[in-house]
Amino acid sequence: MDAAAAAALADRLTETAAAARLPASLTEGDPWRPRPFRIDRWRRDLSDTFTVDLVPLDGPPLTFAPGQFNMLYVHGAGEVPISISGDPDQPERLVHTTRAVGQVTNAMKALRVGDTLGVRGPFGTPWPVEAAFGHDVVIVAGGIGLAPLRPLIHAVLARRERFGTVVLLYGARTPEDILYRAAVTAWRGRFDMSVHVTVDRATGRWSGPIGMVTKLIARGGFDARDTMAYVCGPEVMMRHAAQALIDKGVAAERLFLSMERNMKCAIGLCGHCQWGADFVCKDGPVFRYDRVAARLAQAEV
Amino acid sequence: MVPMQDMDDLLNAHPFFAGLSPRLLEELAGCARNERFDAGDYLFQEGGVADRFYILRHGQVAVEVKAPHAGAVVLETLHTDDTLGWSWLVPPHHWTFDARAVTLVRAVSLDGVCLRGKMETDHELGFHLLSRFVPVMGERLRAARLQMLDLYAPPGLTPPA
Ligand SMILES: Cc1cc2nc3c(=O)[nH]c(=O)nc-3n(C[C@H](O)[C@H](O)[C@H](O)COP(=O)(O)OP(=O)(O)OC[C@H]3O[C@@H](n4cnc5c(N)ncnc54)[C@H](O)[C@@H]3O)c2cc1C
Ligand code: FES
Repeated sequence: MDAAAAAALADRLTETAAAARLPASLTEGDPWRPRPFRIDRWRRDLSDTFTVDLVPLDGPPLTFAPGQFNMLYVHGAGEVPISISGDPDQPERLVHTTRAVGQVTNAMKALRVGDTLGVRGPFGTPWPVEAAFGHDVVIVAGGIGLAPLRPLIHAVLARRERFGTVVLLYGARTPEDILYRAAVTAWRGRFDMSVHVTVDRATGRWSGPIGMVTKLIARGGFDARDTMAYVCGPEVMMRHAAQALIDKGVAAERLFLSMERNMKCAIGLCGHCQWGADFVCKDGPVFRYDRVAARLAQAEV
Repeated sequence: MVPMQDMDDLLNAHPFFAGLSPRLLEELAGCARNERFDAGDYLFQEGGVADRFYILRHGQVAVEVKAPHAGAVVLETLHTDDTLGWSWLVPPHHWTFDARAVTLVRAVSLDGVCLRGKMETDHELGFHLLSRFVPVMGERLRAARLQMLDLYAPPGLTPPA
Protein backbone atom coordinates (compact mmCIF):
# COMPACT_ATOMS: atom_id res chain seq x y z
CA MET A 1 0.00 0.00 0.00
CA ASP A 2 1.41 3.41 -0.88
CA ALA A 3 1.28 6.41 1.45
CA ALA A 4 -1.79 7.96 -0.19
CA ALA A 5 -3.73 4.72 -0.03
CA ALA A 6 -2.72 4.22 3.59
CA ALA A 7 -3.88 7.72 4.44
CA ALA A 8 -7.17 7.16 2.62
CA LEU A 9 -7.70 3.92 4.51
CA ALA A 10 -6.89 5.62 7.80
CA ASP A 11 -9.40 8.36 7.05
CA ARG A 12 -12.07 5.86 6.16
CA LEU A 13 -11.45 3.90 9.34
CA THR A 14 -11.48 7.07 11.43
CA GLU A 15 -14.88 7.97 9.96
CA THR A 16 -16.11 4.48 10.79
CA ALA A 17 -14.89 4.97 14.33
CA ALA A 18 -16.65 8.31 14.61
CA ALA A 19 -19.83 6.78 13.25
CA ALA A 20 -19.55 3.98 15.78
CA ARG A 21 -19.11 6.62 18.54
CA LEU A 22 -15.97 5.06 19.86
CA PRO A 23 -14.53 6.44 23.06
CA ALA A 24 -11.88 9.03 22.32
CA SER A 25 -9.29 6.96 24.16
CA LEU A 26 -9.48 4.32 21.47
CA THR A 27 -8.92 6.70 18.59
CA GLU A 28 -6.32 8.80 20.39
CA GLY A 29 -3.36 6.57 19.66
CA ASP A 30 -4.74 6.33 16.15
CA PRO A 31 -4.94 2.55 15.93
CA TRP A 32 -5.83 2.89 12.24
CA ARG A 33 -2.66 4.50 11.06
CA PRO A 34 0.34 2.23 10.57
CA ARG A 35 3.60 3.55 12.01
CA PRO A 36 6.68 3.07 9.85
CA PHE A 37 9.28 0.61 11.15
CA ARG A 38 12.62 -0.27 9.59
CA ILE A 39 13.82 -3.85 9.26
CA ASP A 40 16.99 -3.87 11.35
CA ARG A 41 17.65 -7.58 11.09
CA TRP A 42 16.31 -10.34 8.83
CA ARG A 43 16.97 -14.01 9.25
CA ARG A 44 15.69 -17.24 7.81
CA ASP A 45 14.48 -19.72 10.45
CA LEU A 46 13.15 -22.49 8.19
CA SER A 47 12.72 -22.84 4.44
CA ASP A 48 9.41 -20.95 4.57
CA THR A 49 9.74 -19.11 7.88
CA PHE A 50 11.68 -15.95 8.69
CA THR A 51 12.11 -13.47 11.54
CA VAL A 52 12.41 -9.70 11.30
CA ASP A 53 13.56 -7.30 14.03
CA LEU A 54 11.90 -3.92 13.57
CA VAL A 55 12.83 -0.50 14.96
CA PRO A 56 10.50 2.51 14.81
CA LEU A 57 11.33 5.33 12.40
CA ASP A 58 9.25 7.71 14.50
CA GLY A 59 8.51 7.82 18.21
CA PRO A 60 9.03 5.34 21.00
CA PRO A 61 9.19 1.54 20.73
CA LEU A 62 6.03 -0.53 21.20
CA THR A 63 5.59 -2.11 24.58
CA PHE A 64 3.54 -5.27 24.48
CA ALA A 65 2.37 -8.21 26.54
CA PRO A 66 3.14 -11.84 25.57
CA GLY A 67 0.46 -13.19 23.21
CA GLN A 68 -0.39 -9.87 21.57
CA PHE A 69 -0.12 -9.28 17.84
CA ASN A 70 0.47 -6.46 15.37
CA MET A 71 -1.01 -5.72 11.99
CA LEU A 72 1.93 -5.56 9.57
CA TYR A 73 1.56 -3.62 6.32
CA VAL A 74 3.69 -4.64 3.41
CA HIS A 75 3.64 -1.78 0.94
CA GLY A 76 1.85 -2.74 -2.23
CA ALA A 77 0.77 -6.12 -0.88
CA GLY A 78 -1.52 -5.67 2.11
CA GLU A 79 -1.81 -6.11 5.84
CA VAL A 80 -1.70 -9.27 7.99
CA PRO A 81 -1.95 -10.05 11.70
CA ILE A 82 1.32 -11.45 13.06
CA SER A 83 2.06 -12.25 16.70
CA ILE A 84 4.91 -10.53 18.47
CA SER A 85 7.54 -13.16 19.19
CA GLY A 86 10.31 -11.21 20.93
CA ASP A 87 11.18 -10.55 24.55
CA PRO A 88 8.63 -8.26 26.25
CA ASP A 89 11.44 -6.91 28.47
CA GLN A 90 13.31 -5.70 25.36
CA PRO A 91 10.63 -3.77 23.47
CA GLU A 92 13.16 -1.66 21.59
CA ARG A 93 13.35 -4.51 19.07
CA LEU A 94 9.99 -5.53 17.74
CA VAL A 95 10.38 -9.15 16.67
CA HIS A 96 8.03 -11.02 14.35
CA THR A 97 8.37 -14.56 13.02
CA THR A 98 6.32 -15.26 9.93
CA ARG A 99 5.64 -18.25 7.76
CA ALA A 100 5.25 -17.37 4.10
CA VAL A 101 1.94 -18.93 3.06
CA GLY A 102 0.27 -16.46 0.72
CA GLN A 103 0.27 -13.08 -0.93
CA VAL A 104 1.24 -10.73 1.90
CA THR A 105 3.51 -13.04 3.84
CA ASN A 106 5.45 -13.92 0.67
CA ALA A 107 5.84 -10.23 -0.13
CA MET A 108 7.13 -9.71 3.42
CA LYS A 109 9.59 -12.54 2.98
CA ALA A 110 11.11 -10.70 0.01
CA LEU A 111 11.92 -7.62 2.15
CA ARG A 112 15.42 -7.09 3.52
CA VAL A 113 17.32 -5.05 6.09
CA GLY A 114 16.64 -1.33 5.58
CA ASP A 115 13.17 -1.82 4.05
CA THR A 116 10.18 -0.41 5.90
CA LEU A 117 6.97 -2.01 7.13
CA GLY A 118 3.83 -0.38 8.54
CA VAL A 119 2.90 -1.49 12.04
CA ARG A 120 -0.41 -1.10 13.89
CA GLY A 121 -0.76 -2.48 17.36
CA PRO A 122 -0.22 -4.13 19.69
CA PHE A 123 -3.67 -5.68 19.75
CA GLY A 124 -5.48 -8.51 21.48
CA THR A 125 -5.56 -10.30 24.79
CA PRO A 126 -2.28 -11.54 26.31
CA TRP A 127 -1.29 -14.88 27.80
CA PRO A 128 -1.99 -14.41 31.52
CA VAL A 129 1.43 -14.61 33.18
CA GLU A 130 0.86 -13.42 36.74
CA ALA A 131 -2.12 -15.75 37.14
CA ALA A 132 0.43 -18.58 37.01
CA PHE A 133 2.47 -17.31 39.96
CA GLY A 134 2.71 -20.17 42.43
CA HIS A 135 1.70 -22.78 39.86
CA ASP A 136 3.40 -25.15 37.47
CA VAL A 137 3.57 -23.85 33.91
CA VAL A 138 3.05 -26.10 30.88
CA ILE A 139 3.57 -24.58 27.45
CA VAL A 140 2.47 -26.68 24.48
CA ALA A 141 3.48 -25.55 20.99
CA GLY A 142 2.91 -27.02 17.54
CA GLY A 143 4.83 -25.89 14.46
CA ILE A 144 4.91 -22.08 14.02
CA GLY A 145 2.79 -21.92 17.22
CA LEU A 146 6.05 -21.64 19.13
CA ALA A 147 6.41 -18.03 17.87
CA PRO A 148 3.46 -16.50 19.79
CA LEU A 149 4.57 -18.46 22.87
CA ARG A 150 8.18 -17.28 22.89
CA PRO A 151 7.40 -13.95 24.65
CA LEU A 152 5.61 -15.97 27.33
CA ILE A 153 8.65 -18.21 27.77
CA HIS A 154 10.83 -15.08 28.14
CA ALA A 155 8.40 -13.60 30.66
CA VAL A 156 8.26 -16.80 32.71
CA LEU A 157 12.03 -17.26 32.73
CA ALA A 158 12.53 -13.60 33.71
CA ARG A 159 10.52 -14.28 36.90
CA ARG A 160 11.47 -17.93 37.15
CA GLU A 161 11.35 -18.05 40.96
CA ARG A 162 7.63 -17.18 40.95
CA PHE A 163 6.64 -20.47 39.29
CA GLY A 164 6.76 -24.15 40.10
CA THR A 165 7.89 -26.65 37.47
CA VAL A 166 8.18 -25.12 33.99
CA VAL A 167 7.67 -27.43 31.03
CA LEU A 168 7.83 -26.76 27.29
CA LEU A 169 6.35 -29.45 25.02
CA TYR A 170 6.94 -28.83 21.32
CA GLY A 171 5.77 -30.77 18.29
CA ALA A 172 7.29 -30.12 14.87
CA ARG A 173 6.83 -31.75 11.50
CA THR A 174 10.40 -33.01 11.14
CA PRO A 175 13.66 -32.36 13.03
CA GLU A 176 14.54 -29.84 10.30
CA ASP A 177 11.36 -27.88 11.10
CA ILE A 178 12.23 -27.12 14.72
CA LEU A 179 11.79 -23.36 15.08
CA TYR A 180 14.28 -21.28 17.13
CA ARG A 181 16.55 -24.30 17.35
CA ALA A 182 19.30 -22.44 19.20
CA ALA A 183 16.86 -21.10 21.81
CA VAL A 184 15.16 -24.48 22.22
CA THR A 185 18.57 -26.09 22.72
CA ALA A 186 19.51 -23.44 25.29
CA TRP A 187 16.24 -23.90 27.19
CA ARG A 188 16.82 -27.65 27.18
CA GLY A 189 20.16 -27.08 28.84
CA ARG A 190 18.68 -25.19 31.78
CA PHE A 191 18.30 -26.88 35.12
CA ASP A 192 15.08 -25.03 35.95
CA MET A 193 13.03 -25.96 32.90
CA SER A 194 12.19 -29.19 31.12
CA VAL A 195 11.90 -29.22 27.36
CA HIS A 196 10.59 -32.11 25.27
CA VAL A 197 10.46 -32.03 21.49
CA THR A 198 8.67 -34.58 19.33
CA VAL A 199 8.38 -34.78 15.55
CA ASP A 200 5.79 -36.35 13.27
CA ARG A 201 8.37 -37.96 11.04
CA ALA A 202 12.10 -38.24 10.98
CA THR A 203 14.86 -39.47 8.81
CA GLY A 204 18.52 -39.79 9.58
CA ARG A 205 20.02 -38.98 12.92
CA TRP A 206 17.05 -37.88 15.02
CA SER A 207 17.03 -39.97 18.16
CA GLY A 208 14.28 -38.11 20.01
CA PRO A 209 10.61 -39.04 20.26
CA ILE A 210 8.42 -39.48 17.19
CA GLY A 211 4.68 -38.96 17.58
CA MET A 212 2.08 -36.37 18.49
CA VAL A 213 2.67 -33.71 21.11
CA THR A 214 -0.35 -35.16 22.94
CA LYS A 215 1.84 -38.10 23.91
CA LEU A 216 4.29 -35.75 25.62
CA ILE A 217 1.38 -34.35 27.61
CA ALA A 218 0.24 -37.83 28.64
CA ARG A 219 3.75 -38.56 29.91
CA GLY A 220 3.42 -35.71 32.41
CA GLY A 221 6.26 -34.36 34.52
CA PHE A 222 4.11 -31.62 36.09
CA ASP A 223 1.47 -31.42 38.81
CA ALA A 224 -1.62 -31.31 36.60
CA ARG A 225 -3.93 -30.25 39.42
CA ASP A 226 -1.84 -27.15 40.03
CA THR A 227 -0.89 -26.22 36.49
CA MET A 228 -1.50 -23.29 34.15
CA ALA A 229 -1.31 -24.47 30.55
CA TYR A 230 -0.78 -22.42 27.37
CA VAL A 231 -1.35 -23.95 23.95
CA CYS A 232 -0.66 -22.62 20.45
CA GLY A 233 -0.59 -24.39 17.12
CA PRO A 234 -2.90 -25.51 14.32
CA GLU A 235 -6.49 -25.71 15.53
CA VAL A 236 -6.75 -29.50 15.33
CA MET A 237 -3.56 -29.83 17.35
CA MET A 238 -4.86 -27.37 19.98
CA ARG A 239 -8.12 -29.29 20.31
CA HIS A 240 -6.35 -32.55 20.96
CA ALA A 241 -3.69 -31.00 23.17
CA ALA A 242 -6.36 -29.30 25.29
CA GLN A 243 -8.20 -32.61 25.65
CA ALA A 244 -4.98 -34.40 26.62
CA LEU A 245 -4.31 -31.73 29.29
CA ILE A 246 -7.87 -32.04 30.64
CA ASP A 247 -7.53 -35.85 30.67
CA LYS A 248 -4.35 -35.39 32.67
CA GLY A 249 -6.22 -33.33 35.27
CA VAL A 250 -5.54 -29.71 34.24
CA ALA A 251 -8.56 -27.50 34.98
CA ALA A 252 -10.30 -26.05 31.91
CA GLU A 253 -10.21 -22.57 33.46
CA ARG A 254 -6.42 -22.78 33.80
CA LEU A 255 -5.94 -23.63 30.14
CA PHE A 256 -5.39 -20.95 27.49
CA LEU A 257 -5.08 -21.11 23.74
CA SER A 258 -4.56 -18.65 20.92
CA MET A 259 -6.96 -18.61 17.96
CA GLU A 260 -6.44 -17.38 14.41
CA ARG A 261 -9.08 -15.83 12.20
CA ASN A 262 -8.71 -13.54 9.19
CA MET A 263 -8.62 -9.91 10.23
CA LYS A 264 -9.11 -6.46 8.75
CA CYS A 265 -9.50 -3.70 11.35
CA ALA A 266 -8.02 -5.58 14.36
CA ILE A 267 -9.89 -3.33 16.80
CA GLY A 268 -13.28 -4.97 17.04
CA LEU A 269 -15.17 -2.97 14.43
CA CYS A 270 -15.41 -4.73 11.12
CA GLY A 271 -16.54 -8.14 12.30
CA HIS A 272 -14.16 -9.92 9.96
CA CYS A 273 -12.65 -12.04 12.70
CA GLN A 274 -15.94 -13.01 14.31
CA TRP A 275 -15.90 -16.39 16.00
CA GLY A 276 -19.21 -17.24 17.60
CA ALA A 277 -19.99 -14.42 20.03
CA ASP A 278 -16.40 -13.13 20.05
CA PHE A 279 -14.17 -11.04 17.85
CA VAL A 280 -10.81 -12.76 17.84
CA CYS A 281 -8.95 -9.44 17.47
CA LYS A 282 -10.21 -7.92 20.72
CA ASP A 283 -11.74 -10.77 22.78
CA GLY A 284 -8.79 -12.92 21.72
CA PRO A 285 -6.55 -14.15 20.27
CA VAL A 286 -5.84 -15.71 23.69
CA PHE A 287 -8.94 -17.38 25.08
CA ARG A 288 -9.63 -19.34 28.24
CA TYR A 289 -10.44 -22.88 27.18
CA ASP A 290 -13.64 -23.38 29.20
CA ARG A 291 -15.15 -20.33 27.48
CA VAL A 292 -14.56 -21.66 23.96
CA ALA A 293 -14.43 -25.44 24.30
CA ALA A 294 -17.92 -26.05 22.88
CA ARG A 295 -17.24 -23.75 19.93
CA LEU A 296 -13.85 -25.26 19.30
CA ALA A 297 -15.40 -28.71 18.97
CA GLN A 298 -17.45 -27.50 15.99
CA ALA A 299 -15.26 -27.50 12.92
CA GLU A 300 -16.01 -24.18 11.20
CA VAL A 301 -17.61 -21.38 13.19
CA MET B 1 15.98 -63.85 37.37
CA VAL B 2 13.74 -61.66 39.50
CA PRO B 3 12.08 -63.39 42.45
CA MET B 4 8.34 -63.89 41.98
CA GLN B 5 7.31 -61.43 44.69
CA ASP B 6 9.46 -58.72 43.10
CA MET B 7 7.78 -59.31 39.75
CA ASP B 8 4.36 -58.91 41.42
CA ASP B 9 5.51 -55.59 42.87
CA LEU B 10 7.00 -54.51 39.58
CA LEU B 11 3.77 -55.18 37.70
CA ASN B 12 1.71 -53.65 40.47
CA ALA B 13 3.70 -50.44 40.25
CA HIS B 14 3.08 -50.12 36.52
CA PRO B 15 0.21 -47.83 35.45
CA PHE B 16 -0.97 -50.37 32.87
CA PHE B 17 -1.81 -52.84 35.62
CA ALA B 18 -3.11 -50.32 38.16
CA GLY B 19 -6.09 -51.63 40.08
CA LEU B 20 -5.62 -55.34 39.41
CA SER B 21 -6.32 -57.69 42.30
CA PRO B 22 -3.38 -59.51 43.92
CA ARG B 23 -4.64 -62.79 42.45
CA LEU B 24 -4.59 -61.45 38.88
CA LEU B 25 -1.19 -59.83 39.41
CA GLU B 26 0.14 -63.17 40.54
CA GLU B 27 -1.30 -64.87 37.43
CA LEU B 28 0.39 -62.25 35.25
CA ALA B 29 3.67 -62.51 37.10
CA GLY B 30 3.64 -66.22 36.29
CA CYS B 31 3.90 -65.31 32.59
CA ALA B 32 6.33 -62.39 33.02
CA ARG B 33 10.06 -62.01 32.79
CA ASN B 34 12.60 -59.23 32.80
CA GLU B 35 14.38 -58.38 29.59
CA ARG B 36 17.14 -56.05 28.51
CA PHE B 37 18.02 -54.75 25.05
CA ASP B 38 20.99 -52.73 23.92
CA ALA B 39 20.56 -49.81 21.55
CA GLY B 40 20.06 -51.22 18.05
CA ASP B 41 18.64 -54.57 19.20
CA TYR B 42 15.26 -55.60 17.83
CA LEU B 43 12.57 -56.47 20.36
CA PHE B 44 10.73 -58.10 17.46
CA GLN B 45 10.56 -57.92 13.68
CA GLU B 46 7.74 -57.81 11.16
CA GLY B 47 6.40 -61.24 10.27
CA GLY B 48 7.87 -62.89 13.37
CA VAL B 49 5.71 -64.87 15.76
CA ALA B 50 3.97 -62.50 18.16
CA ASP B 51 4.29 -64.50 21.33
CA ARG B 52 4.57 -61.70 23.90
CA PHE B 53 4.02 -58.06 24.77
CA TYR B 54 6.27 -55.63 26.60
CA ILE B 55 5.95 -53.13 29.38
CA LEU B 56 8.77 -50.62 28.99
CA ARG B 57 10.50 -49.83 32.28
CA HIS B 58 13.25 -47.69 30.88
CA GLY B 59 14.42 -46.40 27.50
CA GLN B 60 13.05 -45.67 24.06
CA VAL B 61 11.79 -48.06 21.38
CA ALA B 62 11.14 -47.14 17.74
CA VAL B 63 8.21 -48.83 16.03
CA GLU B 64 9.15 -48.92 12.37
CA VAL B 65 8.31 -50.37 9.02
CA LYS B 66 10.70 -51.18 6.21
CA ALA B 67 9.68 -49.11 3.21
CA PRO B 68 11.02 -49.71 -0.28
CA HIS B 69 13.82 -47.22 -1.14
CA ALA B 70 13.36 -45.37 2.18
CA GLY B 71 14.94 -47.84 4.57
CA ALA B 72 13.23 -48.06 7.94
CA VAL B 73 10.55 -45.43 8.56
CA VAL B 74 9.85 -44.77 12.22
CA LEU B 75 6.10 -44.57 12.85
CA GLU B 76 6.33 -43.66 16.50
CA THR B 77 8.54 -44.05 19.51
CA LEU B 78 7.54 -45.59 22.83
CA HIS B 79 9.01 -44.70 26.19
CA THR B 80 9.14 -45.53 29.87
CA ASP B 81 5.79 -46.88 31.09
CA ASP B 82 4.43 -47.48 27.57
CA THR B 83 3.01 -50.83 26.46
CA LEU B 84 4.34 -52.42 23.28
CA GLY B 85 2.62 -55.03 21.10
CA TRP B 86 -0.84 -56.51 20.84
CA SER B 87 -0.42 -58.90 17.89
CA TRP B 88 -0.17 -61.71 20.45
CA LEU B 89 -3.91 -61.17 21.06
CA VAL B 90 -5.00 -61.43 17.44
CA PRO B 91 -4.60 -64.53 15.22
CA PRO B 92 -2.49 -65.36 13.29
CA HIS B 93 -0.19 -63.83 15.95
CA HIS B 94 2.41 -62.25 13.70
CA TRP B 95 4.15 -58.94 14.33
CA THR B 96 3.10 -56.30 11.81
CA PHE B 97 6.00 -53.90 12.51
CA ASP B 98 9.58 -53.88 13.72
CA ALA B 99 10.40 -52.70 17.22
CA ARG B 100 13.98 -51.50 17.70
CA ALA B 101 15.66 -50.33 20.88
CA VAL B 102 16.89 -46.73 20.35
CA THR B 103 18.58 -46.62 23.75
CA LEU B 104 19.30 -49.19 26.37
CA VAL B 105 15.87 -50.68 27.11
CA ARG B 106 14.75 -52.50 30.22
CA ALA B 107 11.37 -54.13 29.91
CA VAL B 108 9.12 -56.79 31.31
CA SER B 109 7.82 -59.20 28.70
CA LEU B 110 4.61 -61.12 29.18
CA ASP B 111 4.41 -64.45 27.40
CA GLY B 112 1.44 -64.45 25.01
CA VAL B 113 1.03 -68.22 24.82
CA CYS B 114 1.03 -68.44 28.60
CA LEU B 115 -1.48 -65.57 28.85
CA ARG B 116 -3.78 -66.86 26.11
CA GLY B 117 -3.88 -70.21 27.88
CA LYS B 118 -4.91 -68.58 31.14
CA MET B 119 -7.38 -66.20 29.54
CA GLU B 120 -9.30 -69.09 27.94
CA THR B 121 -10.37 -70.36 31.32
CA ASP B 122 -9.86 -67.29 33.48
CA HIS B 123 -12.30 -64.83 31.94
CA GLU B 124 -11.77 -62.30 34.70
CA LEU B 125 -8.12 -62.09 33.70
CA GLY B 126 -9.15 -61.86 30.04
CA PHE B 127 -11.62 -59.08 30.75
CA HIS B 128 -9.15 -57.01 32.74
CA LEU B 129 -6.33 -57.40 30.24
CA LEU B 130 -8.53 -56.52 27.25
CA SER B 131 -10.06 -53.54 29.00
CA ARG B 132 -6.53 -52.24 29.47
CA PHE B 133 -5.41 -52.93 25.92
CA VAL B 134 -8.38 -51.37 24.12
CA PRO B 135 -7.73 -47.78 25.36
CA VAL B 136 -4.05 -48.11 24.43
CA MET B 137 -5.06 -49.24 20.93
CA GLY B 138 -7.57 -46.39 20.71
CA GLU B 139 -4.96 -43.85 21.75
CA ARG B 140 -2.44 -45.15 19.20
CA LEU B 141 -5.08 -45.03 16.49
CA ARG B 142 -5.95 -41.43 17.38
CA ALA B 143 -2.28 -40.44 17.32
CA ALA B 144 -1.77 -42.19 13.98
CA ARG B 145 -4.73 -40.35 12.45
CA LEU B 146 -3.42 -36.99 13.64
CA GLN B 147 0.02 -37.77 12.30
CA MET B 148 -1.58 -38.70 8.98
CA LEU B 149 -3.20 -35.24 8.81
CA ASP B 150 0.30 -33.75 8.66
CA LEU B 151 -0.87 -30.81 10.78
CA TYR B 152 2.24 -28.68 10.43
CA ALA B 153 2.59 -29.03 6.66
CA PRO B 154 2.75 -25.89 4.52
CA PRO B 155 -0.88 -24.96 3.62
CA GLY B 156 -0.55 -26.07 -0.01
CA LEU B 157 0.56 -29.53 1.08
CA THR B 158 -2.13 -30.23 3.66
CA PRO B 159 -4.15 -33.27 2.59
CA PRO B 160 -7.91 -32.70 2.66
CA ALA B 161 -9.16 -33.54 6.16
C1 LIG C 1 -3.83 -13.18 15.95
C2 LIG C 1 -3.05 -13.82 14.85
C3 LIG C 1 -1.70 -14.04 15.01
C4 LIG C 1 -0.95 -14.62 14.00
N1 LIG C 1 0.39 -14.79 14.20
C5 LIG C 1 1.14 -15.29 13.21
C6 LIG C 1 2.55 -15.42 13.37
O1 LIG C 1 3.12 -15.07 14.40
N2 LIG C 1 3.27 -15.92 12.34
C7 LIG C 1 2.66 -16.31 11.16
O2 LIG C 1 3.36 -16.76 10.26
N3 LIG C 1 1.34 -16.22 10.99
C8 LIG C 1 0.56 -15.70 11.97
N4 LIG C 1 -0.79 -15.57 11.77
C9 LIG C 1 -1.37 -16.02 10.49
C10 LIG C 1 -1.17 -14.97 9.42
O3 LIG C 1 -1.90 -13.84 9.77
C11 LIG C 1 -1.64 -15.50 8.06
O4 LIG C 1 -0.82 -16.55 7.66
C12 LIG C 1 -1.59 -14.40 7.05
O5 LIG C 1 -2.64 -13.50 7.28
C13 LIG C 1 -1.68 -14.94 5.65
O6 LIG C 1 -1.75 -13.85 4.74
P1 LIG C 1 -1.23 -13.97 3.24
O7 LIG C 1 -1.77 -12.79 2.49
O8 LIG C 1 0.21 -14.20 3.19
O9 LIG C 1 -1.90 -15.29 2.74
P2 LIG C 1 -3.25 -15.46 1.92
O10 LIG C 1 -2.96 -15.17 0.49
O11 LIG C 1 -4.33 -14.72 2.57
O12 LIG C 1 -3.46 -17.04 2.12
C14 LIG C 1 -2.97 -17.70 3.28
C15 LIG C 1 -2.91 -19.19 3.07
O13 LIG C 1 -4.13 -19.72 3.48
C16 LIG C 1 -4.70 -20.39 2.43
N5 LIG C 1 -6.12 -20.08 2.50
C17 LIG C 1 -6.70 -18.91 2.19
N6 LIG C 1 -8.01 -18.98 2.41
C18 LIG C 1 -8.26 -20.23 2.85
C19 LIG C 1 -9.44 -20.92 3.25
N7 LIG C 1 -10.64 -20.33 3.23
N8 LIG C 1 -9.31 -22.21 3.67
C20 LIG C 1 -8.11 -22.81 3.71
N9 LIG C 1 -6.97 -22.21 3.34
C21 LIG C 1 -7.05 -20.93 2.91
C22 LIG C 1 -4.08 -19.89 1.17
O14 LIG C 1 -4.07 -20.88 0.17
C23 LIG C 1 -2.70 -19.58 1.64
O15 LIG C 1 -1.90 -20.73 1.59
C24 LIG C 1 -1.58 -15.01 12.78
C25 LIG C 1 -2.94 -14.83 12.63
C26 LIG C 1 -3.67 -14.23 13.64
C27 LIG C 1 -5.13 -14.01 13.46
S1 FES D 1 -10.69 -7.70 12.61
FE1 FES D 1 -12.30 -6.27 12.55
S2 FES D 1 -13.49 -6.91 14.20
FE2 FES D 1 -11.75 -8.16 14.39
